[in-house]
Amino acid sequence: MRKTRKNEALLQGNEAVVEGALRAGCRFFAGYPITPATEISEILSVKLPPVGGTFIQMEDEIASLGATVGASLAGVKAMTATSGPGFSLMQENLGFAAIAEVPCVIVNVMRGGPSTGLPTFPSQGDVMQARWGTHGDHPIIVLSASTVRECYDMTITSFNFSEKFRTPVVLLIDEVVAHMREKMVVSDQEGVEIFNRIKPTVPPEWYIPYEDTPRGVPAMANFGEGYRYHVTGLTHDIRGFPTSRPDEIGPFNARLFRKINQHFSEIQMAEHYLTEDAEITVVAYGCVARSAKRAVRDAREKGIKVGLLKLITLWPFMRSAVEKVLQTSKALIVPEMNMGQISREVKRVNPGIAKVFTLNKVDGTIITPEEILTRILEVS
Amino acid sequence: MPEVTKLIHKYLRHDKKFPHVWCPGCGIGIMLGALIRAIDRIGYDKDEVVLVSGIGCSGRLPVYVDFNTLHTTHGRALTFATGVKLAKPSLKVIVIMGDGDAVAIGGNHFIHAARRNIDVSAIILNNSIYGMTGGQYSPTTPYGMRSTTTVYSNIEQAFKISELAVTAGAVFVGRGTVYHAKLLDSLMEKAFLKQGFSVVEVIAHCHTQYGRQNRLGSAVEMMEWQRDHAIPVEKAAALKPEELKDKTVIGVLVDKDLPVYQNEYEKIRERSQVTAGR
Repeated sequence: MRKTRKNEALLQGNEAVVEGALRAGCRFFAGYPITPATEISEILSVKLPPVGGTFIQMEDEIASLGATVGASLAGVKAMTATSGPGFSLMQENLGFAAIAEVPCVIVNVMRGGPSTGLPTFPSQGDVMQARWGTHGDHPIIVLSASTVRECYDMTITSFNFSEKFRTPVVLLIDEVVAHMREKMVVSDQEGVEIFNRIKPTVPPEWYIPYEDTPRGVPAMANFGEGYRYHVTGLTHDIRGFPTSRPDEIGPFNARLFRKINQHFSEIQMAEHYLTEDAEITVVAYGCVARSAKRAVRDAREKGIKVGLLKLITLWPFMRSAVEKVLQTSKALIVPEMNMGQISREVKRVNPGIAKVFTLNKVDGTIITPEEILTRILEVS
Repeated sequence: MPEVTKLIHKYLRHDKKFPHVWCPGCGIGIMLGALIRAIDRIGYDKDEVVLVSGIGCSGRLPVYVDFNTLHTTHGRALTFATGVKLAKPSLKVIVIMGDGDAVAIGGNHFIHAARRNIDVSAIILNNSIYGMTGGQYSPTTPYGMRSTTTVYSNIEQAFKISELAVTAGAVFVGRGTVYHAKLLDSLMEKAFLKQGFSVVEVIAHCHTQYGRQNRLGSAVEMMEWQRDHAIPVEKAAALKPEELKDKTVIGVLVDKDLPVYQNEYEKIRERSQVTAGR
């Protein structure tokens, strides 16, 4: 990253992802070329070797996530990046990472779908896929970014969460954010918290690889460090061996959810903008949150009390923050570049005091501040 | 203590995970024996060995052995193994696959791992059938044979796994059968010691599924068939293609040297530092 004396850099969202990944300690990347995420691969292929890391271009996205999970098991922080069609292929090994509790980060720079769809146009169509794309009940953490700086920060946070909770973390970025260049200020002295997985401290013969700890997250031994244990995609007992006993299957699945659920307050991130006295609250994420902020300002100038709740964590769904604005506002507007994936969740948790309005756009263009303002005027 | 008991105590999770899931008479046990004997002879530390598998009867193998073991998704074992090896090149990574695993669902990963020359050994148990799911035809089921999904006869041609590996660029390719247990021992030892992508194809019987559906007799009769139809590669060289038609060529098919991925990558790291320093 070429910086000026003020530690400013003009970066693209995808470049910021790379800088964040390197800052977080990512030293392995496996990927497959796909628009609009390819810059992440290209830049990491240059930047990983000099820091002793590894970049490999695999034969497809299935292999990319497989290699990523393998590298993480060997003790190296690992990431892959893709877009919709590749993300579909990754669902299989995403489930493996969830059940085997292998930390890894998957960046999905969303483009229009379904199928090959719109390779160079923005969309937010993968929000539900990120939550439920792989089969079976499973917990997952999904984050979003609306600025270049957030691409950097949320990549670091994705790694931290993945290491802290031993889970795959998906970072959803809108194509326009990934390809947008804006000024980012980052200081080398800046204290960024970097979290590394907790390793076992007991002797190998005492190590229980999938132990049900109070935190819900067992200590993780890396391959080759003396703790020989079994890693499997089969439902397993606390020692990692396949099981078909209901009294082991139930508690295992319950722990997978508990390790995320009991850390909601840490995982769930949102920003409130003028929501205290807002009669109308816009709930948005990604690039739409930027348009919404402008629309909120313009509406305030017209004397309408509007606020913005920007979601950064998309999953687990930020029920508490949304419920709060559902109680304090008369109406909510949820603009999204899909047919209503988060608005569905907002409606689900609505106790009925506020009305929930949607604004959906799926024509391959962004939702503009004017469009949100128009919707605000309609609703007010 | 007899040698075999020592090996069982040293390498099997004998007090944790037995009895195993395989049918009585299955050939996987012979393959597992050869694998353990080869590892023991080479003298790898158990902590440095990573055994990776996919899905199916062969996929269950790692759970029984006391290494770092990784039971992955169907056909994807080589992709996980690639990540493990490149992240920590000091580890000895061995991949166990079945025929469906390696050349149907995982066929793409197989040819690309060979082409890249990733320093991983792939042991492929070829029993010409999907055993665990109940005997459906696989890419190595011969033409004209019966399975639960080719009840009227298989109309597809079979893959030759070793020949595929040779074409894809594997630096070591050996084929044996579970009848020729001693040959398997030596093939595996050579494969593990080889730098680069090595393949050992193990021709095995599935008397429970393939044998029963095609009336090929017991496990013993199927192993006798392996004995009668195997021909060492040295002898095969002198024979015409039509004489080799129903024969299985066994032995070392390829042993060559090509640049190994991780060594080449290390050079890239060095070169990149020079460039970065400019």
